[in-house]
Amino acid sequence: MKKNRNVGIIGVGQSVYSSHREEVNQPEMINEAVVEALESAGLTIDDVDCIVHGNMELFEMVHQPDLWHTLGTGALGKESLRVTTGGTTGATLVAAADHLVASGLHDVVLAIGFEKLQEGHTTGGITNMADPLWGRQLQTGALTGMTAAQMIEEFGEERAKKVAMKYRILMDQHAMKNHKAHRRLGLSPDQADELMENSPQLVGELRMIHMCSQSDGACAMVFASEEKATALCDQPAWIKDHVTAHREEMFCIFGDAPVLSTHRYAARKLYQRCGITNPREEIDLFEMYDPSSWWGSDWLREFLLLEGDEHLKMIENDEIAMDGAFPVNPSGGVIASNPIGATAMVRVAEAALQIMGRAGEHQVPKTVNQALASGFGGTMWTVLTLLTRQVPW
Amino acid sequence: MPSDFDTSDCYTIPGKLALPYTYFAGRVGSRFITTLRDRHKIMGVRCDHCDMVLVPPRQTCERCLRDLSDQWCEVGTRGEVVNYTVVRYPDRHQPRPVPFVLAMIRLEGADTPIVHLLEEIAPEQVVIGMAVEAVFAVKTTATIRDIDHFKPCDS
Repeated sequence: MKKNRNVGIIGVGQSVYSSHREEVNQPEMINEAVVEALESAGLTIDDVDCIVHGNMELFEMVHQPDLWHTLGTGALGKESLRVTTGGTTGATLVAAADHLVASGLHDVVLAIGFEKLQEGHTTGGITNMADPLWGRQLQTGALTGMTAAQMIEEFGEERAKKVAMKYRILMDQHAMKNHKAHRRLGLSPDQADELMENSPQLVGELRMIHMCSQSDGACAMVFASEEKATALCDQPAWIKDHVTAHREEMFCIFGDAPVLSTHRYAARKLYQRCGITNPREEIDLFEMYDPSSWWGSDWLREFLLLEGDEHLKMIENDEIAMDGAFPVNPSGGVIASNPIGATAMVRVAEAALQIMGRAGEHQVPKTVNQALASGFGGTMWTVLTLLTRQVPW
Repeated sequence: MPSDFDTSDCYTIPGKLALPYTYFAGRVGSRFITTLRDRHKIMGVRCDHCDMVLVPPRQTCERCLRDLSDQWCEVGTRGEVVNYTVVRYPDRHQPRPVPFVLAMIRLEGADTPIVHLLEEIAPEQVVIGMAVEAVFAVKTTATIRDIDHFKPCDS
């Protein structure tokens, strides 16, 4: 691995996340995030060389949104690029911005992810991902009960259900400290038993309470070359590395290819390249793309290369809480806020804010020297990004 | 070009995508539409920094990115044709039977043109620079089609 030059995150902006943003149109909502990101970087739009824009294809039933969003993004007369890689779009936007700056092509890049899920039909859009001959007539969108079934089989019904619900309540407690989060329910641990039984079932033991929201919102981030980042920002969050891995579903995930989690594959590769031998010790914080509390619980094992029930213990003993040894999603995560084209970017943005010490009320009570962020999308598409407090290369 | 492909027993899958949507017009777009609908007035926004009146109105000036959402000004319902085209192919998504004229019209007091239908004139008689005025729809749809079309007028 060789990087041409270092890239720092020097500004982060987020709109408020909500189920409905009737008072703003798409460019207006994006502009909220852009204005905040530029202010946070101490820049004006004139200082930006290139705009990278992304969201889910088909979700708002719009074509080439980057062009008419120029009103909100400030891309007029600038170089620009649109990225659309499904659920991982936000993380791929970060990867693209990193490449554009690291290559030397641009010094300052503004990346923007957005979604207004209330304006479209999410399942209608997602279903078109499937192969028209083999999958499209069978495909049901993004909900799956497989992980719940697997965890119940491996660890027993009582323990698995308790862990998933504890994860859910912890994430809500985190979201309560993030005033931009969409769902802040004020759950308390003594509600766990009642929710496990009475929350409506979606697929198997995946219940409504476990599942992420559908949100409207936008996120914007400013990336700068080492020279500019150092001059403009007291503490940038540096991009050390990122790894992308994905698999096709009909012939691959459900076929007879060997089962290998893209999460574990990407994590192994990332740690190997960056010399990390004990991720749980060497990484200070993890912003995970956790679409449900079953997935969030299960995927800890994959991302941290754990075996057995270590990941369950991390949840049971509060290790992943905001003030725990390995904080996961101090922002409240995806279960709290999920504007899909922005969601994976928000993971990197929130990890960056923690390194920069700018996370406000949900800032973790320790210095974050190294933070991990994951993106997830169909089908089994993983982007893992590693950020550092020190200049990495 | 080869044309002798063997397509016997080749199966094609007919498909149809249903992608319903709702668009939130935002405060600026909503005020434009409600003013058009209720008062038959056309509103723009003024950017003092760029010294321009922008129609359709927008929250931010795309040139300088300043917030213009409270810089409202009324523009005329008359204007001039700055360019036009004649649509000659029929399709069910077209707003009118063909042929019809789509014109870019700069309204009095505005610096930017809007696109709309130009009617009550034969396509071959349309010229750039001609004066036109808005004809409002009899029945509102709360869309840009509350202007039914533009027609020629005295300059």
